Amino acid sequence: MLEQSRSTRITLRCVALAYLALLLGIPVGLVLYRTFEHGVGAVWDSVTTPAAIHAFSLTLEIAAIAVPLNTVLGILTALVLVRGRIRGKAILEAIVDLPFAISPVVVGLALILVYGRIGWFGPWLADHGIAIIFSLPGMVLATVFVSLPFVAREVSPVLREIGDEQEQAAATLGASSWQTFWRVTLPAIRWGVAYGVVLTVARCIGEFGAVSVVSGKIAGQTETLTLLVEKRFTNFDLAGAYAASALLAIIALATLLAMTRLNPRKDH
Amino acid sequence: MITVENVDKHYGDFHALKGIDLEIESGSLTALLGPSGSGKSTLLRVIAGLEIPTSGRVILDGKDVTNLAPQQRGIGFVFQHYAAFKHMTVRDNVAFGLKVRKKPKTEIKDKVDELLRVVGLDGYQQRYPSQLSGGQRQRMALARALAIEPAVLLLDEPFGALDAKVRAELRTWLRRLHDEVHVTTVLVTHDQEEALDVADTIAVMDAGQIAQTGGPRELYDAPVSDFVMSFLGPVARLGEALVRPHDLELSVDARDGALEAQVVRVVHLGFEVRVELLLAQAGEGAEPVVAQITRAEEQALELSAGDIVWVRPVLAAA
Ligand SMILES: Nc1ncnc2c1ncn2[C@@H]1O[C@H](COP(=O)(O)OP(=O)(O)OP(=O)(O)O)[C@@H](O)[C@H]1O
Ligand SMILES: [Mg+2]
Repeated sequence: MLEQSRSTRITLRCVALAYLALLLGIPVGLVLYRTFEHGVGAVWDSVTTPAAIHAFSLTLEIAAIAVPLNTVLGILTALVLVRGRIRGKAILEAIVDLPFAISPVVVGLALILVYGRIGWFGPWLADHGIAIIFSLPGMVLATVFVSLPFVAREVSPVLREIGDEQEQAAATLGASSWQTFWRVTLPAIRWGVAYGVVLTVARCIGEFGAVSVVSGKIAGQTETLTLLVEKRFTNFDLAGAYAASALLAIIALATLLAMTRLNPRKDH
Repeated sequence: MITVENVDKHYGDFHALKGIDLEIESGSLTALLGPSGSGKSTLLRVIAGLEIPTSGRVILDGKDVTNLAPQQRGIGFVFQHYAAFKHMTVRDNVAFGLKVRKKPKTEIKDKVDELLRVVGLDGYQQRYPSQLSGGQRQRMALARALAIEPAVLLLDEPFGALDAKVRAELRTWLRRLHDEVHVTTVLVTHDQEEALDVADTIAVMDAGQIAQTGGPRELYDAPVSDFVMSFLGPVARLGEALVRPHDLELSVDARDGALEAQVVRVVHLGFEVRVELLLAQAGEGAEPVVAQITRAEEQALELSAGDIVWVRPVLAAA
């Protein structure tokens, strides 16, 4: 390693801190400051209106479906991508990355084209009384789609790095593939999974574009927290918008903290 | 007993194993010896079930296991880089095979403690692999493989990642362990000294084929080819013939079948003396031939650099 002089080290640290403060600290701090500017009571009132409570629980509901689904799918995808002996891995890789490449608004429009009233399956769905667009299933679909890649992308490099010797050792010791996965592979990749889950949660609760297109923004029905923030903001209810934003930030922080509770053990 | 019958292994269009036939006696310690890329690991992994041969059969104790998964073969496998379960303690590593077999807890505990004593890791139960030295990790891996009482123990260059001193210690230790446990063992190595030191039987591999199988003495004294001969120890080339350096006879006068040579250097190594010779018939820049003689012989000849001597293989070489 190069010897860094004291002054270089301090300068580097200041630059990094200033950068973080500018991009992250100040905006988030301001939101929190503005939120609590007029006291906790006002905030409490604005996050306990029926619309806010509904938006809050809807957001959690969507995340509660999308996150486990994408976690399981993401781990499976990573296993196939890294360990699988199949053709067409490049295509699968590209498909996994698709949600990163496509704008969420386009995702929303695509879902409407497929499931909407005039879409491919629209008439059939309407005949059977199934509502996807402008209701929960559509919003879940949109959220699942935009948050699909995170777990797979976080887990793949970890899988690649640990190699398959531990798994082979487990096989020679008599473990079935299922036992090997639970006892050897999953513990070895749990950091990648945890990080992927944090990112997925953040994306699910923060998703705006795709959900906004397919939800129809019906207050008290299909309005998530981000949609509520936007509505309050455009209606000049700034205090209300800040309060709802703070709530979003708190959910994100809570997931992060929950994940760090998975203590790292001495296994490096 | 392990029987490998006419096994071929292709990787795409690369022919890694070519018609391998091999019999390994029950209770023996057999070394697969060969240069890098000769197919030793591939053969071992085929026996373990970690690779499926393209054709041929693998028979363990009379049972055709060619299409059985590694789980069903009753083997223990030790990897060059330990393949320790990094997130488990030493105890849990060794207990792994017993746990997946759902053995009773007390039985597992007793067995693990006993094995750790056998491999000299008693007291290390609660450590993680990252807190062990390389040699300790490999002994843990060995205990883990032995815990399931395998019919066959397969070791792929188990000491390859360790330094020379630890290697020598561990192989002596492995030999003693084998004499106690008597499990049929196959050891892959590219180190001839290691093979000669620990194995009852050595199978020398060359480019995907078995060049020769036999006891250490037999291979050393009666190699079937120049390849086997040069792989198993030092050799000197006299014209067309390959000879062991200690099987060369020097004289100051011309004798039957002897070649003329000039002494380049005389090196005294205690009891033995190494004499480097340049054959008269050898061209410019040729490698010197090394002869190994006793001090008494050297004193009788009174050799020094520049002398002309006559060299031939000892007639009763075998
Ligand atoms: N998965 C694979 N795909 C393609 N070729 C392979 C594969 N595994 C091994 N080979 C090739 O097969 C040959 C034999 O490999 P193997 O690992 O058995 O050699 P080895 O004798 O164990 O050598 P070393 O002493 O270096 O470990 C090598 O030329 C190697 O490149
Ligand atoms: Mg090898």
